[in-house]
Parts: sequence; structure tokens; C-alpha cells
Amino acid sequence: MSAATRNGETAAEIAAAVRSGTRSAREVTDAYLGRIGAGEEAVHAFNLVTADAARARADEIDAMIADGHDPGPLAGVPIALKDNLCTRGVATTCSSRILAGWEPPYTATVVERVVAAGAVPLGKTNLDEFAMGSSTENSAFGPTRNPRDPSRVPGGSSGGSAAAVAAEFAPLALGSDTGGSIRQPAAFCGVVGVKPTYGTVSRYGLIAFASSLDQVGPFANTVTDAALLLDAIAGPDPLDSTSIRAEWNPVISAVDEGIEGLRVGVVTELLDGIDADVAARLSEAVDVLRAGGAKVGDASVPAAIHGLAAYYLIAPAEASSNLARYDGVRYGLRVDGVDVADMNAKTRGAGFGAEVKRRIMLGTYALSAGYYDAYYGQAQRVRTLVIRDFDAAYRDFDVLLTPTTPTTAFEFGDKTGDPLSMYLSDVCTIPTNLAGHPAISVPFGTGANGMPVGVQVLAPALGERAMFRAARALELGAP
Amino acid sequence: MSTREVSKAWEAVIGLEVHVELATATKLFCSCANEFGAEPNTNVCPVCLGLPGSLPVLNERVVEFALRLGEAFEFSVPAQSIFHRKNYFYPDMPKDYQVSQYDAPICVDGTLIVDGTAIGIERAHMEEDTGKSLHVGGSGRIHEADHSLVDYNRAGVPLMEIVSRPEMHSAEQARGYVSALRGVLGVIGVSDVKMEEGSMRVDANVSIRPVGSDELRTRVEVKNMNSLRSLGRAIDYEIARQIEMYETDERIVQETRHWDEDAGVTHGMRTKEGSEDYRYFPEPDLVPVAPDDSMRARARASIPELPAARRVRLVSEWGIADHEAAVLLAEPGLADYAEGAVAAGASGHDATNWSVGAVLGYLNENALAPQGLLLRPDGLAELIGLVSDGSLNRKLATDVLDEALRDGKRPKQIVEARGLAQVSDEGAVGALVDDVFAQNSDAVADWRGGDDKLKKKKRGFLMGEVIKASKGSADTAVLNRLLDEKLNG
Repeated sequence: MSAATRNGETAAEIAAAVRSGTRSAREVTDAYLGRIGAGEEAVHAFNLVTADAARARADEIDAMIADGHDPGPLAGVPIALKDNLCTRGVATTCSSRILAGWEPPYTATVVERVVAAGAVPLGKTNLDEFAMGSSTENSAFGPTRNPRDPSRVPGGSSGGSAAAVAAEFAPLALGSDTGGSIRQPAAFCGVVGVKPTYGTVSRYGLIAFASSLDQVGPFANTVTDAALLLDAIAGPDPLDSTSIRAEWNPVISAVDEGIEGLRVGVVTELLDGIDADVAARLSEAVDVLRAGGAKVGDASVPAAIHGLAAYYLIAPAEASSNLARYDGVRYGLRVDGVDVADMNAKTRGAGFGAEVKRRIMLGTYALSAGYYDAYYGQAQRVRTLVIRDFDAAYRDFDVLLTPTTPTTAFEFGDKTGDPLSMYLSDVCTIPTNLAGHPAISVPFGTGANGMPVGVQVLAPALGERAMFRAARALELGAP
Repeated sequence: MSTREVSKAWEAVIGLEVHVELATATKLFCSCANEFGAEPNTNVCPVCLGLPGSLPVLNERVVEFALRLGEAFEFSVPAQSIFHRKNYFYPDMPKDYQVSQYDAPICVDGTLIVDGTAIGIERAHMEEDTGKSLHVGGSGRIHEADHSLVDYNRAGVPLMEIVSRPEMHSAEQARGYVSALRGVLGVIGVSDVKMEEGSMRVDANVSIRPVGSDELRTRVEVKNMNSLRSLGRAIDYEIARQIEMYETDERIVQETRHWDEDAGVTHGMRTKEGSEDYRYFPEPDLVPVAPDDSMRARARASIPELPAARRVRLVSEWGIADHEAAVLLAEPGLADYAEGAVAAGASGHDATNWSVGAVLGYLNENALAPQGLLLRPDGLAELIGLVSDGSLNRKLATDVLDEALRDGKRPKQIVEARGLAQVSDEGAVGALVDDVFAQNSDAVADWRGGDDKLKKKKRGFLMGEVIKASKGSADTAVLNRLLDEKLNG
């Protein structure tokens, strides 16, 4: 059965109960804070739990209800925020020492929107430093553990948000996805994770990793809850120039439309190198979709396999520039030096972890005079090919299907010694980011080790409604 | 280095890079005020401070201004231009990259007419300004400072960088280019163009080559000139320095040199080893700039008559000399002032004479712009009228104008108050002459008995006495005639 029935209440149920006055937001918040109190030490999902602010916000929601006002579609629903989303007056660290002590003077648009929809933020969740990683092992504040098996990683970079939802520390969480950072941990932790179409969700206040790839998106225990949260955060934002100007077409109304006649393509190129247990679940997922009335066939996106290489040039290149500002001059860590350049170097040397430094070096190299065309330029051409191949596939299919990850959650330390094997865990998720398309990971049974398996539904830009229909069918038919 | 002349054997090749601060109300990528002289770090926000998570949003007004440049300098404006990031570490640059334009600028291939010669402009592009550092201790330069303070008010102020082709050959021509550029930028209303306040900054690329050659030799970039005069001096100095280097077989290195205004020399600046690699790449936080037809049309409609065309028109309509028209146009607003006087009835010739003479002198002495003058153009026309109808002589008119400029009083009012109206009436002047003759009968007698030399001296004396008696108001033409009649009669 679906995660919803396994794990108690959904966000939709909480909002309905709070709006109708049958439960108070305060009672809901206290219950989740209680669960955090009991389980957080073992999981370490959070960098910071803002319990007092959460209770105060819950009381405000209850006061609104008492006054006859509707707090919104997420009324009284607790939510966890990835710690790369700016929150005014609340430490925002990106799990990096370099932002030590920094409190943003402003709040990210997505956070303002969930609060405006009635949600109650509980705190800031752990991540791989600056969202660079696939296991949360790159956090400067220690790793997050997978609530399904504490010897295993929760995935990353949004491992804290995925674990918070899986551990029922919050029914909803926000993460960010640059190459799979929402979908991969969602798959590892057995929750739903969505990477929306680039430009549908504002990046204002999301601390940048790779600007042309980053997108904020929801974690939830159910597809419907993920749709609720996506509808709350999507839509144009004048503060983000890359935000799509058209009004958002809500997905919540599509979730239960069924998949009769939906054309689903299985991306053949992304089946190579997939673990057998994961491949078996994918094949069962195909059966479920067929049984629901979908027409399933093989799809080809030849350039997708080059996505990983292109990604590891484009993302580090943008990161090398985005992370230049952490220089010790204005905020965060400063390590004194003999002059400004020495202070910059010492601060960055002490403030950034090994993976961040590795990617800054990679990106700096890729953009250097004489290398630009061979590396960054070539990667952008591959990106164009990926988009072209997806466009061709979407002439025949409404959505595409792939595993979310080649394996289920691995154990701590398994891949930390070999960055390339770590990078490979994003091979199925990266092409979507390069294309700017949406994708959703839905839990679908377990692997040989008993850990959750995720299957991924991809759609063309702004194809979220069809994507959610397929996702809901998979959720209903999951083993 | 005393040589100020370009040696006959050498020709200078000069290109100019001009940074102009645009006079928009707000900054390039945020809504902070774009103003000069505010308290440090008061016009700042998460965006212009480059705080983590902040994003730029392009100020459309800047694009409008760039399109005006496009029209005014006959640039071609491609359908799409893009912003790039120029990456380098510097404390007064909040993001440690500058958002600028690189290989797809908004304006390409323009022209500026400088004293009748077309000078090519390679490109003009939009970019953000940096903050300002204040280095405390040592000589005030960064390497010796005890500590530094940074003011980010200027960070994110919109700039246009305007890059000429290397088509100028003398300091004078370079000054002419900047002056003409300033004239155009002023009339299209995009900038205050004040070199002294830094809203217009000029860097010069200078090289020399043998006369007759068309090669481009190693160039040197000269910075830190904060007036037209220092621009000219710096270029002249640099040309002479390079000639001397070549003539003594020394190698010119491509470098940036700093103009030292007090010492009158350029110094090589401390440079890092190797050339700087800015790792330009397209700014992913912004979308391409694609001005639509209506924006282009608006820009076209906003362009008034430009200085070069106006110069031709004024010469032909007013019959003034080309160099007079040039002086009128070199001072922003002065031609408008003169045209205002013409509209109020003055002749173009008179309006020009007074404007480029006494009016311009007054503006320079008081560091004023014509728009700020208390005496409006119709007041100047009134003064010109008083002179041309003979009620005021030129000498007195100058005094009256000076008072009018200072106090804003109407010339007629001043003339009345001071009793200065010119006396042209023959009876009145004749009576004054008779009085003076009566009081100075010795002088009259001396004149009658004197030789030519004495006659001339005594006549001058008597003339002076009459003018004195009239308090300067006697019409000298009438006086001359009556004086001769009465002496000879």
C-alpha cells in the first residue's frame, strides 16, 4: 500500500482538520515537535529546530481560525526547510562552516509562500555542503541517517528534508534539486520528491549552487501532498528573472484524473547499469501503468547518457562563480591574513569542505581561457542535444519512466573515497535538470536489502499535470 | 620629458574607453536609489550587496537608455544581447564577479562626429558599477593600508561602457571625442556626464607607429584622468614617453599606467604576473535582453536634435562661425539658452556673442549650468534689444548683464534703477558738451591753438569729461559727431 496509509496522517488531512476546526494547529505542531524530540538524535535531519517560532506560528493560525479567517490550503501543516533557503533572522548555513553565524535579512520567496498558505516551519534541514553531494555526508555538521536503516545514507543533497518526511518529523519538506538532490534522497528514504519545471518555482532566496539547474521542490509522503505543496510554491515571481511569467496551472486537480490512454515511454538508455532489484521494480511499475490504461512503449533519449559528464562541467562552472562571494569580507567566516588576498584564501581554505573545493577547482578550470570551448562550451552543446532528444521522445510519449537511482540507499562511507561512483548515483536524474524539465520520484516497493526503491516519471516542460497522474497511479499500484 | 609635440616621424593611435554612469532613479538590478553622495552603505539591499540567495532583475530603464545611445550614435542593436559574468576577486565587488556584457553587447558599430570627422565606436555595453574602497593608513593605496572600509552605495549603479575604435591621432582629437560624446549623452538625457564627480570615467589606449604605417603596435592603457585637461596632458605625456622609448630602442610593454596629475607623469601600475583571466560565461540568473519594437520606437522618438546636426543648422540659420557654434554646443544647455534668447526676439548672431562671451564666463566662474541661471533667455534678449535700439552701449550692457546674471533682475529694471539709459538725444548730449566746454575753457583754447598732437590729446580729454558727466550714458556716436561740430564750429 501507499506510504500514506503506512505512515499515519497526510498534509491534506491535517489542513482539512485545522481548517474545519477539528484540530488545532498548535496540537499538530506539538505532536511533530514531540516526534522530532524523540527521534532526531538518531536521524540528525535538522541543523536547527525552531520550536518556539513554530509554536508561535501555530498559535497565529489557530487565532485566524478562531476569527473566522482561512489560513490557506496548508493551514497548520508543519514543514521542514532545507537549510539553503533564506529565512529572515534565522541562521541559514548551507551546512557550511563558511556561513557561520550568518542570519539572512530576508526570506526566500518559497518560504514566504508556504507560510502565506498556512504552513508552520519547524526548522532547517541538513544537506551536503552547498547542496553538493548525494549522501549528506558532505555536511560540515555531520551526516543525516536514513530513517529506514540508520547504517545507510538518506541520499542527498536534500537528505535532511527527505529523512524528516520519512521519519515523520514533518509531513512536508522543501528541498532543492540541481542534479537529483530532491528525487535521489526521496527514492532512498521512500518518500515522494518533485523537481518542478525550471522557472516555475522562484529561486529568490535559494542559496545558489548552479543557477541554471537549481530548482526548489516538495517532499511529501503522498503524491497528493506533493501536489498541494507544489501548487503553494509555484507561479511567477518578479524577483526571479528566470521565473516563467505565465500563471501556474495547479496540479492538484489532475492527480486523480487517471491514466487511461496516457502514453508512457521507458527510457532504454537509462536501464544500463541498474541493479537487478531496481530493474525488477521498474518492470512491475510498467505493469501497474498498463493495468491503469496507459500505453507503454520503449523510448530513446540517446544524449541522456552524456548528461552526467556535461553536468559535471556546467554545475561546477556556475558554482565556482556563485561561491566566489564567500570571501570573508562581508559576512560569515573570516580568517585574518596579511592582506586581502591572503584573508580571502585563508577564509575559503578553512570554510569550505573538500567536495566544495573540488567542484570550485573543476569549474574554475572549465571556464579558463583556452579551455572554455573544450569544456564549458562543449557541455552546453551536449545540453542542447539532451533537450533535442527529449523533444523527439515527447513527440511519441506524454511522460517517460526511469528508475530514480541505479541502486537503493548505500551504507555510510561506501562512496566517499570515490567521487565518481558517488556522482554516478545521479545518472538518471541529471538529464532532467539539463533540460529544465519536471520529474517526480515515487516510492515503489523495496530492493533486495529491504530499502525503498524509487521510480521516476519525467515530463516535458510544464507537463506536471500528466506527470502527477502517472505518479498517482504508481502510488496506488505500488507493492 | 619635455617633448610636447609628436615628433614628425611618429603618429599616435588612440582609442578611448569611456564609462558613463546612467542617471536612472534606481540601480541596474535592484530598486535601491542611484544617487551620489549618500551616507555610506545606506543605498543597499540583499541584491546589490550580493547576499547569498539574492537574484538580479534588470532595470528596464537602463535598456531604454542603452537604446537611446543606439539611436544617437547610429549603433546597430541586435535582436538579442546577453549579460556575462566577469569573475575576479575584489573586496568592493560584492559577488566577486561583475555582471557585464561580453561577446553579445547591446550596441555595436556606432559613430561619433568629432569636429567634422567620423570616429568609429566599436561597442557600448551595460554593466554594474563596483563599490568604493577607502584604504586607511599608509599612502592610502590598498597594499600599504592598515585596514580598508568599503561603501557599497555605488555597487550596482548602471554603467554604459563605450569603446571607441583606435581612430584618433592626437590628444586634442581625443579631447574633442570626449567633449562631443559628453554633448550627445547630455542631450539624450542618460547621464550627468561629470568627469570630476566620476559619473564619466575615461581610459585611454595609446600606441604610436611610424607615420604612413597602418600597423597597431603594443598599446598602453592610461587611467585616472579626471578632467578633459588631464586627459589631454596624460595622452601627450604618454605619446612622448613612447616615442622616447622607441627612439632609445627600449621595449614598450602592454600594461596599465596610472596618470599622476600633480607630477604630470604616468606610472606603471602594480600588475599580477600573467594576464588576468576573467572566466567570462553567460549570466544564468538573467534572461537575454530582447528589446521589442515599441521600446525601440520609444527610444527613437526620445532623441532630440543631436549636437552635430544642430551645429550645422545654427551656422546656417544664424550666420555664425562654425567654431562659435562649437563653443555654444560644448557647454551642455548653452545652445538651448541662446536659442531661447532668439525665440524671444534676439538675433542669432547677438545671442551667440553674449552666450559664448559674458554668459559662459559667468557659468565657468561660478561652476553653474545654464539651466541654473537666474536670468532666463528672454532676459538676455531684452538686454540685446536695449543695445540694438541704442538705449545702452556695449560697455554698460556688460555691467548690466553681470548684475542681471547675479541677481536675476530684468535688464530694463537695472537700467532704470541705475539711470543708465543711453543718452542719444542730440539736444541732451549737446547741452552736456556745452557745459563741459564752459567748465574747461582752457582745454578748448589749447585745442584751438595746438598742433595735431595736442589737438588729439585735448579732444580725448574733453570727450572723457562729457562721458563722465553723463555717467557713461552718452551715446558715443552722437557725442563724437557733436564734439567735432562744436570744436570746429
